[in-house]
Amino acid sequence: MLTRHRSTQDEVPRDALPMVAGVSARRASDFAIFAVVVAACAGAVAFLVHAEDQRVVLSALVACGMAWFAAARFRVIAAVERGAAGHPWLARLVLVAACLAVIVVLREDNFGLLMLATVLIYATVCLGLTIQLGYAGLSNFCAAAFLGCGGYTAAALGRAEGIAIPDLVVILLGGGVAVAIGSLLVLPLLRTRGHYAALTTLAFGVMFNVFLDANELLGGPQGLKLAPITVFGWDFSNDLDLFGMTFSFYANYVMLCLALTAVALALVGLLDRSWIGIRLDAVRLDEVAAQVFGLRIARWKILAFTLGNVLAGMAGAIYAKMTGFIAPNNFTLGDSLMMVSIVILGGIGNRWGVLPAALIVVLLPEKLQFIQEYRLLLFAVLVILVLVLSPGGLLPRRTRTLVAGRQA
Amino acid sequence: MSAIGQYVLNGLMQGTIYGLVAMGFTIFFGVMNVIKFSHGDVMTFGAFGALVAATAAAAAGLPTGVQILAAVSTAVGLAALLGAGISRLLILPLRSAPPLNLLLMTMMVGTVIREAIRLFFPNGTNSQRFPALLPPGGATVGGVFVRYDGLILIVAGLLIIAVVHHIINRTRFGLAMRAVAEDQETARTMGVNFFRVVPLTFALGSATAGFAGVISGLYYSEINYGMGLLIAVIGFSAAIVGGLGNLWGAILGGYLFAGLQTVVVATLPTFSEYKNVVAFVAVIALITWRPTGLLAERASERV
Repeated sequence: MLTRHRSTQDEVPRDALPMVAGVSARRASDFAIFAVVVAACAGAVAFLVHAEDQRVVLSALVACGMAWFAAARFRVIAAVERGAAGHPWLARLVLVAACLAVIVVLREDNFGLLMLATVLIYATVCLGLTIQLGYAGLSNFCAAAFLGCGGYTAAALGRAEGIAIPDLVVILLGGGVAVAIGSLLVLPLLRTRGHYAALTTLAFGVMFNVFLDANELLGGPQGLKLAPITVFGWDFSNDLDLFGMTFSFYANYVMLCLALTAVALALVGLLDRSWIGIRLDAVRLDEVAAQVFGLRIARWKILAFTLGNVLAGMAGAIYAKMTGFIAPNNFTLGDSLMMVSIVILGGIGNRWGVLPAALIVVLLPEKLQFIQEYRLLLFAVLVILVLVLSPGGLLPRRTRTLVAGRQA
Repeated sequence: MSAIGQYVLNGLMQGTIYGLVAMGFTIFFGVMNVIKFSHGDVMTFGAFGALVAATAAAAAGLPTGVQILAAVSTAVGLAALLGAGISRLLILPLRSAPPLNLLLMTMMVGTVIREAIRLFFPNGTNSQRFPALLPPGGATVGGVFVRYDGLILIVAGLLIIAVVHHIINRTRFGLAMRAVAEDQETARTMGVNFFRVVPLTFALGSATAGFAGVISGLYYSEINYGMGLLIAVIGFSAAIVGGLGNLWGAILGGYLFAGLQTVVVATLPTFSEYKNVVAFVAVIALITWRPTGLLAERASERV
């Protein structure tokens, strides 16, 4: 509350008084802070992914946590937000450059790049969940099932003889199938509310898993194998040679996932800024009031549900192609819960919060081998602590800014 | 004929377990408007407690009757304590949080219990043999083979349902509980000790789950750390189908779910692996048809 109030006061002089020179200097310094923070984050991610020694990883994690608290305490996060808002396109450029730099640094680390791609896949699914849970208020406890829809679509199409569908189309079809299967849930979701709606998705998630386990055609519990992605003759399973450097073939997948995540981020951002986002917020906050104002609840709920499932299905198709193997075990209720936890950990409704949260949830157990056995236990305790101590998550959602520079 | 009778008995057994678990869900929802998803794992916890107690009693050379008593009282006591603890430490402080947060939190509490059993119980990853304490064998009645232990367990389950019903509707504590369920603030101004009634309510609901755990262990003579998850989803479904907050609805939902499973297994033996798929499809269809459950409480929404 306090920070928001101050930033409102900070913004006022710009419109009220002719202090142009001072303001532009402030904007530049904010942007510098933004660039430094992005560079620091990229460095931290590259270091964490690459580090092997358990003690080094642990101390790096503690340092990151302390840096985060310090940043929140000294309002660096707010400055970063202002800096990015001041020069949006430059900010995007910096982000892309930071991502490429991370890929270049990790170019020979197969496992590191695979993890990074997995983080991006999870982030994409969770951006879809942000639309569903964060904006429209639809409970979805079967995100992993929609991820699985995409994955199994890719696997089934790969096994079909005599049909050669380009892999990019396969990824799109993965999204389409997830929507088609999700549409079975639309009617139950529209008719029910609250816990009843939560149960619908929960039951669907469990059912999906049991079905896959029992279905011999889809490989049963043993699962299915998949061929790697080929785009316009560019085989993703070959190492890359660029500018005299050798990149592990996983770099291909990281870049593809990065593109998908960027599209998802842009989509969620546009939704948030548009009248659609406002309507979704209205539907979430008070269905009856929204109805009274003439909004068609069903239409907006279906839109949000569909958009989220498209993202999950596409991410699932890439995930399956990347790992080369899928089984029902990859798409359990536990995975769905993990995705919901990422959304809440990041700060429900904040699209940028998803990235650090996905990073923590995916990276932590992989990096700290000594907690491998205890990872589910520790993860569950972590989520409980976040829910009790800081229900807003790492980056709580801000009030929407409708006019640039002014708080709504 | 005898095959059908067998299926009916199996279904009744399953339905009793589901009904006991669903009863907990519906009690918690009725009083606090919260879904405690760790309920299934509380049941597992009770069952493991019963296993330890029964084994200890057997090692001490006590008679079978005492072993059963030890197992049941340990399971019920442990589950009740755990349920009350969860409600006092985690659910009460968070009661004004969004329902989604609470649901996720209780799911994570369930994960903690489940993983703790897996990691800290000796050889916890594998299924544990539950000692057979009830008389073996059975009798053939009208061509149907009736296992004595099954019969005893079904009767005991029904007895527990009756006891819980009596506590809720005929005792002072039940009156306080129903008052809190009806209107929290008014109940508190009338002198109901909210912070004592709520944990006690959770203890009551969890105790029935602990009892269900013992029943399940005794009947299938096997328990494992993960059994609570599916039971929780099924119990939640049963409570929802019956109508949350309605005790009879939960019991009806439990027997309905077990009935659906049994019908699938009986009519399509080759598809018996799909029994849960069919049952869950039926559940989703049922709540689409009756969005507030079969025996919904009469309620109009205040805007």
